Amino acid sequence: MTSIKLKLKDSEVQQLKDIARSFNNEPGELINVLHKAQEIFGYLPAEVQEVVAGEMNVSVAKVYGVVTFYSFFTMLPRGRYPISICTGTACYVRGAEKVLDEFKRLLKVPVGETTEDGKFSITCLRCVGACGLAPVVMVGDKTYGRVTTDGVKDILKEYEDEV
Amino acid sequence: MIKLTIDNRTVEVEKGTTIYHAAKKLDIDIPTLCYMNLGDLKIEHKPGGCRVCVVEVEGRRNLAPACATECADGMVVQTHSIRVMNARKTVLELILSDHPFDCLICAKSGQCDLQDMAIKMGVRSIPYQGEKSTYKPDFSPAIIRDMDKCIMCRRCETMCNDFQTVGVLSGVNRGFEAVVAPAFERDLDHSECTYCGQCVAVCPTGALTEVDHTTQLVRDLADPEKKVVVQTAPAVRAALGEAFGMEPGTLVTGKMVAALRRLGFDYVFDTDFAADLTIMEEGAELLDRLTRFLEGDKQVKLPMLTSCCPGWVNFFEYHFPDMRDIPSTARSPQQMFGSIAKTYFADTIDTRRDELVVVSVMPCVAKKYECTRDEFKVDGNPDVDYSVSTRELAMLIKRLNMDFNTLPEEDFDKPMGESTGAAVIFGTTGGVIEAAVRTAYEVHTGKTLEKVDFEQLRGIDGIRSASVDFDGTEIKIGIAHGLGHARTLLDDIKAGRSDYHAIEIMACPGGCVGGGGQPLHHGNPDVIKARQKAIYKEDSGKAIRKSHENPDIIKLYEQFLGSPMSEKAHQLLHTHYFDKKRKEVLLD
Repeated sequence: MTSIKLKLKDSEVQQLKDIARSFNNEPGELINVLHKAQEIFGYLPAEVQEVVAGEMNVSVAKVYGVVTFYSFFTMLPRGRYPISICTGTACYVRGAEKVLDEFKRLLKVPVGETTEDGKFSITCLRCVGACGLAPVVMVGDKTYGRVTTDGVKDILKEYEDEV
Repeated sequence: MIKLTIDNRTVEVEKGTTIYHAAKKLDIDIPTLCYMNLGDLKIEHKPGGCRVCVVEVEGRRNLAPACATECADGMVVQTHSIRVMNARKTVLELILSDHPFDCLICAKSGQCDLQDMAIKMGVRSIPYQGEKSTYKPDFSPAIIRDMDKCIMCRRCETMCNDFQTVGVLSGVNRGFEAVVAPAFERDLDHSECTYCGQCVAVCPTGALTEVDHTTQLVRDLADPEKKVVVQTAPAVRAALGEAFGMEPGTLVTGKMVAALRRLGFDYVFDTDFAADLTIMEEGAELLDRLTRFLEGDKQVKLPMLTSCCPGWVNFFEYHFPDMRDIPSTARSPQQMFGSIAKTYFADTIDTRRDELVVVSVMPCVAKKYECTRDEFKVDGNPDVDYSVSTRELAMLIKRLNMDFNTLPEEDFDKPMGESTGAAVIFGTTGGVIEAAVRTAYEVHTGKTLEKVDFEQLRGIDGIRSASVDFDGTEIKIGIAHGLGHARTLLDDIKAGRSDYHAIEIMACPGGCVGGGGQPLHHGNPDVIKARQKAIYKEDSGKAIRKSHENPDIIKLYEQFLGSPMSEKAHQLLHTHYFDKKRKEVLLD
């Protein structure tokens, strides 16, 4: 099981209930509700899934099934600066894997995990629609194009002063 | 109507019919591993996942899964061309390439749909070699999950989610990692599993099986220090014969008793005795609640729900814990039997409770869990030591190399082997409430029933209702089998829409006859209905058909319990329920 202990605050439970209500608690809207929930919490720990299941009237097992099926959803907290490396076809053939390896080497964490200080996390995604800039890396909402292995440390440097 | 050709024969079907069903009309059997249709029980599962049922459709580039492809006008279908045969074999070889080959020692060996299919297709080698899944086996008190043997047919999910609405199982993860599991891949013991065992009943392979107690049983039977007592549930006698090649619905009560005696049990008793006892207690409780209600007591909880079925008890403890004061407090027959065996009976044979081993043979896997519940133990010693399923008993009889078919018909031992027709119908949906009505009517009205058969309570529909005239007072009765149907009735009660006085609930399709511990029906609902018929036949052949007329039950009250609902009866025969909703959520 990949989750950490956490106790939801009443206000957080209320937030989840509001999200569910905004989709009329329709079981068919489960994926949209999970999207919103992940936007707020950054990830989908077990408790969040249990509240969502209760509100949407679907079993927790089903919610967990959806969360584990789609790679976009994560049960692990992301870093303050989530790094996404595009490994879609265009980026891949232009060296995305080497770029990814360099991020892993410098941050000392595997894909899907977060650095100990909670600052960075690494994920892979498939195509952000900027193939002309391949290979593409995103840090939060900021996009970096034509990234080279040497450029990786420069990207990380931009976030050095941040606490 | 739609006209099509299958294997050069013409057939007309209604719009929406699948190729699989159209072929069935022509008596053409298309093999399947995942498809399941339980007819009258209204359970259909067609994920089109296994691809064993593929057929050739003229003009279509690829092969079509017969179970999930609708017929079209003028369609030309071949169900056993060389191309189809080769494709099916390849599909099977691919499934087998990720399957452990411990078939010789697998609990499902000889009963396995996958094994049967491999035999049918003449698989002699697995040309595809590669990674195999390695999933941690899950041992709960009743069910074992060995997901390495899972072929992702997902029948278990349909039973758990759609039929039972328990929602414990779901497909999780993706691709090669995909597996059917409880939320967060917890083990069953930490999920809301009711142990109804319907997942086990439909699993085509050895992925889902019951916990096996036969090794322990053989050890106890061989122990000269122990006196081993057995009780057999009503539904067992209507199904055990199937394991020995008999037609479904063959009653084997006498042969079963003979087999148990030859296995070496010191006393061969009947759970039916305890079913009669259950009626005495549950019937008294119902009459007490009814009388108070009719006298205007607004506090009284109605409808009263039956409490014999451990899958159902687990269900309301998890899903409707705030309504746990509605079910009868009467323990199940299995537990009443254990409780009386280890007190009253142990005294009569001058034996200490820890020298006595009480074993039950049940059509059920939830009973394995029920007897482990702490409230059914005295100083750590359980009233019922363990429970074996009908399947396990069949296996033991085979192990002893007994020829079951030629065994003589023998009678149960006394005193806990005496029972009435009312007790035997506990094995089918509608039976418990009919048994209760037979006794409650006579006790309430002081009159003798002219006809003990209450046809209006019988049947196979998931939810049924009927009313019985108690000499001027109309008693409204509801019946549900399958936990999804039970949920419907409970939601009605919660919403104040229910006007029933009593409701009988059983977790399994058809009641205990369709239990998770019975010989496998392999997707044929007629098997369950044949067993149901057999149960009613056994009832009509009994000399005594009302629980309160069982002479050994009368004696038990005279010598030991006093009266129904007495203090002693409360202590030994009644129980209380728990709120299981708030379990610790995270248990990494």
